[in-house]
Amino acid sequence: MNVPKNLKYAKTHEWVRVEGDIAVVGITDHAQQELTDVVYVETPAIGLRVEAGKECAVVESVKAASDIYAPLSGDVVAVNEELSSAPELLNQDPYDKGWMFKIKMSDASELNELLSPDDYAHHIGA
Amino acid sequence: MHSAETLKRTPLYASHLECGGKMVPFGGWEMPVQYSGILAEHAAVRERVGLFDISHMGEFLVAGPSAERTLNSLLTNDVTKLAIGQAQYTLMCNEGGGVVDDLIVYRLEPTVYLVIVNAGNIEKDFEWMNNKATVSAVIENQSDRYAALALQGPAASKLFDFSAALPHFHIQRHTVFGKECWVARTGYTGEDGFELFCEAADAPHLWRMLLAKGKEFGIQPCGLGARDTLRLEMCYPLHGNDLTEETTPLEAGLGKFVSFDKGAFVGSNVLAEQKAKGVDRKLVAFTMTEKSPPPRPRYPILANGRKVGEITSGTQSPTLGIGVGMGYVETATAAVGTPIEIEIRGKKFPAIIQKKPILKKGS
Repeated sequence: MNVPKNLKYAKTHEWVRVEGDIAVVGITDHAQQELTDVVYVETPAIGLRVEAGKECAVVESVKAASDIYAPLSGDVVAVNEELSSAPELLNQDPYDKGWMFKIKMSDASELNELLSPDDYAHHIGA
Repeated sequence: MHSAETLKRTPLYASHLECGGKMVPFGGWEMPVQYSGILAEHAAVRERVGLFDISHMGEFLVAGPSAERTLNSLLTNDVTKLAIGQAQYTLMCNEGGGVVDDLIVYRLEPTVYLVIVNAGNIEKDFEWMNNKATVSAVIENQSDRYAALALQGPAASKLFDFSAALPHFHIQRHTVFGKECWVARTGYTGEDGFELFCEAADAPHLWRMLLAKGKEFGIQPCGLGARDTLRLEMCYPLHGNDLTEETTPLEAGLGKFVSFDKGAFVGSNVLAEQKAKGVDRKLVAFTMTEKSPPPRPRYPILANGRKVGEITSGTQSPTLGIGVGMGYVETATAAVGTPIEIEIRGKKFPAIIQKKPILKKGS
């Protein structure tokens, strides 16, 4: 299982890459394997104010719809438009081309609540 | 529902783990939902060949001089039309005409019938048949004795030398890789294919040999996920979703499997009345006409902004790449070509009622 060392993780299987006051968010390799073939992604609207731990996006496989939770609070400032025509990017490249949205963080201290790569690996039993 | 401890496992449980099967609960059984992925497995069956474990399905033997009369009193279709070795799709109804189960009956011998029922309904059906049978026939639940495998896809017939001698919707006794099986030319995918019923202990050997022999044709082990998308593209109903004890075969558009001239059967009065008066709702097929999230069971179906029904089965069609589904709608809005909308998480997405099956062969 791929758990990159440069990211932080939510227990609900989202990853966060910090770029200044911006948090880039996607779902983990473990999550995409569990979800199986992704066929539809509903990203949050740009400008939406999201709250840590609250659902803000939906990823759908052939079998089921799964909520994606905001790992941090803030405003959505960008979404990955490519996912609308190529949802399979979440399966193929979850940590790079499959990023989902960017949050302008309102409280950077929330980063401390997220899991380290080692803790996340432990969390998923890897 | 069922806790993990009470889930039953088929004789192929270890084979599934070996093949990388992702196991999930289904109808009281622990079954593979997928191996490599639903899309790949679906494509394998449409284009080449796929192998499914269907051992969770129930097998009943109905035998004796009154077997034919017994089945005709319990089931909607006319079993007397079956030649030896022939198969028939049929339904079992309650007194109100609701569907207790849908099943396949095979006439194995002059007075011996093999009845295949849905996994989640085995105990219920067995009890029902024994309680409702008005004439005495031997009804045996052989579900634990038999395992079953489905080999489906355009290349399936290349795996057996008897394929040319086994017509569609027929069953024969064959020795397959050294094991005695009942082999039927039936399935639940819309492709050519076979269903093999064997002794439970022989199943792992057959599974392994079929995968080995099928390798040159690109065979793929397939799970319940692909089984569901394949059957839904063909609009084959799934009991528990599209057929329930509250819906009738006529509402489901399965009138051609109901015989009104064979004499009384459980539910026949209500069904005859419904046939004369017409049904208030119909099970229709639909496709989304724009990009949308996949339609799913229980999403509302709207016509002219008003709710006219609910989805009973829905998915993203792997073959067509769009959302497809089935659901019951008011008869007035059930005509092919009627524009409808599907409400998904509070948003409305356009769809259109389609002629069944959704997947037209050659499309």
